[in-house]
Amino acid sequence: MSGRGGAGRTTFLGMPATAPPGVGNLRGTEPFPAAARRALGDAQLRRNLRHATGTIRAKSAAVIDEVPDWPQLRAAGRAIKADTMARLPELLEQLEAAVTAAGGTVHWATDAVEANRIVTELVQATGADRVMKVKSMATQEIGLNEALEAAGIEPVETDLAELIVQLGDDRPSHILVPAIHRNRAEIREIFLRAMPGVDPALTDEPAVLAAAARRHLRETFLATRVAVSGANFAVAETGTLAVVESEGNGRMCLTLPETLITVMGIEKVIPRWADLGVFLQLLPRASTGERMNPYTSLWTGVTPGDGPQQVHLVLLDNGRSAVLADEVGRQALHCIRCSACLNVCPVYERTGGHAYGSVYPGPIGAVLSPQLTGVADNASLPYASSLCGACYDACPVMIDIPSILVHLRAQAPHPRTEAAAMAAAAYTMDHPALYAAAQRAAGLGRLAGRALPPPLNGWTASRDMPAAPPQTFRQWWAEHRSGS
Amino acid sequence: MTGREVVLARLRAALAGAPPAVPEPGPAPRDRGDRPPGHPDLLDRLAGRLTDYRAEVHRVAGAGVAEAVAGILAAAGARTVVVPAGLPAQWRPGAVEVLVDDGLPATRLARLDAVVTAAAVAVAETGTIILDAGADQGRRAISLLPDLHVCVVHPEQVVAGVPEALARLTPDRPLTWISGPSATSDIELNRVEGVHGPRRLHVVLTDG
Repeated sequence: MSGRGGAGRTTFLGMPATAPPGVGNLRGTEPFPAAARRALGDAQLRRNLRHATGTIRAKSAAVIDEVPDWPQLRAAGRAIKADTMARLPELLEQLEAAVTAAGGTVHWATDAVEANRIVTELVQATGADRVMKVKSMATQEIGLNEALEAAGIEPVETDLAELIVQLGDDRPSHILVPAIHRNRAEIREIFLRAMPGVDPALTDEPAVLAAAARRHLRETFLATRVAVSGANFAVAETGTLAVVESEGNGRMCLTLPETLITVMGIEKVIPRWADLGVFLQLLPRASTGERMNPYTSLWTGVTPGDGPQQVHLVLLDNGRSAVLADEVGRQALHCIRCSACLNVCPVYERTGGHAYGSVYPGPIGAVLSPQLTGVADNASLPYASSLCGACYDACPVMIDIPSILVHLRAQAPHPRTEAAAMAAAAYTMDHPALYAAAQRAAGLGRLAGRALPPPLNGWTASRDMPAAPPQTFRQWWAEHRSGS
Repeated sequence: MTGREVVLARLRAALAGAPPAVPEPGPAPRDRGDRPPGHPDLLDRLAGRLTDYRAEVHRVAGAGVAEAVAGILAAAGARTVVVPAGLPAQWRPGAVEVLVDDGLPATRLARLDAVVTAAAVAVAETGTIILDAGADQGRRAISLLPDLHVCVVHPEQVVAGVPEALARLTPDRPLTWISGPSATSDIELNRVEGVHGPRRLHVVLTDG
């Protein structure tokens, strides 16, 4: 096996490989059911999530209703992404050539270890001991902050929600709003505890909290010489990178430092400039529920006299090649990180993001994380879903998440009792006399109550055993046919 | 093998078995160019959408720009203003201290009260103004650090939708798309205006 296994994986250079263990934030410390059970006991968490996801669902639905060709836009988004994946190697080479021609430098990282090493060395070469960061899923995925800290470099998160997470010594729980699990009162307490020089009279008004973050970070923006960002899109034909944001912290990081290092998953490339026209319509409405987010920055290499004069792009694999190799699962690479699937998911709304273990929570995380790590390392995630299909309906690029979940469940390890039970059921159904006897026996099960005995009691721990009817269909048919 | 060679070889191997089927995109997304740039309907829509996201819109005659800009700055109490070198001289406000940007350091820009720029394109459907660092818009930093941004938009710059805007823009310039003042939805997913970018955005929309 090359690269699809868990422990003991061997990787052949040049063959698709999963993300290595021991680095980054793709693997949780416990299975989803255990983590979810604890989250479900937190009434405050459930209130915060219900309020936040309800708010965003209503906002998003209202602005999507304004767009009469939303279905065509979704289909166009899906087609562009499928075309991108089919031509990924050549598009990345085209992107590299365009960025290089515009004065940027392109680096290729096979995995999280390599990406962290490349970024650390680039920062060290500038002599800086502090970097400011724009919110980026890719750098969360590879654990870049931990790697920088280990090298004596201080990473400063500048997105408000990431700042809340960083000051609270917490973990992100949502792709778009990493502190969605915190309400305003909790955020006020974190600021009072951990933000140097904060006004002790701070209230929990969101505008007041936002103003405190503005004051806190202003000096950082003006004095930090190196920034690290992600990218929402990269245009192969022009070498243009795009960051979509709201607060202006992205503009600060992309404009004011001398050196800009962008870490981007290889699946973020899109072929043409005009393709931005599809995704810049889909993303804000599906994501924050706005017609357009407050700020979008587009830059192509270096512009003399305007913005960073040292521009780097780190292209990250870290398991994406393994996802691309799976004919069913590869469409998970189409994701544009809008988080619409989280906001509509009945499981996410109740457990929150931490229960998923990985930085990618919710439905898209349940299909992406196990594929990036190999299913054995995230075996419970494909089951973290009721398969209701709301995620598929909400996805702006039409990723069929339920089908990938079912596909991955087939790859996850199954208990031997389940295989034995299925084999016995198949044999019984093949033999009519046995089947009739089994059905009569099930009718007697009415006397046994609503829970199964060990070792099958796990199934009835969270649901009732359906009561068998007093009469089987076969018995009913036999009676009525003879009576007519 | 270099990292580059490894990644490209992995991707080629991943696609070797069965390349992805590329679905037909279906009917093309709607052509938003049903109203020509500058059509009165587009100007009304732009103004409405900007206002909806807490920008303030001032609709003036073409000759009234200077007066409108001066009025906005006076009402805001702005005393120091930065302008790009290519801003039309007649728009420059008179009663305040005006600095023409010649590479001012960021720490200096951060202490200024306001910035006045033109725009490259505006998108009616989304309430977006787009700066492309042209001579009348200046470096990205000058429209970022002062707390008040006054932006002058002409009718022929206003297009219907995002695709029309992209067709008018060129990727070799740094682009900043602005839809209302700085905002965040990070606290309970309620939109709050005013974080790191300019907390007030005034758009002066002329009639020609």
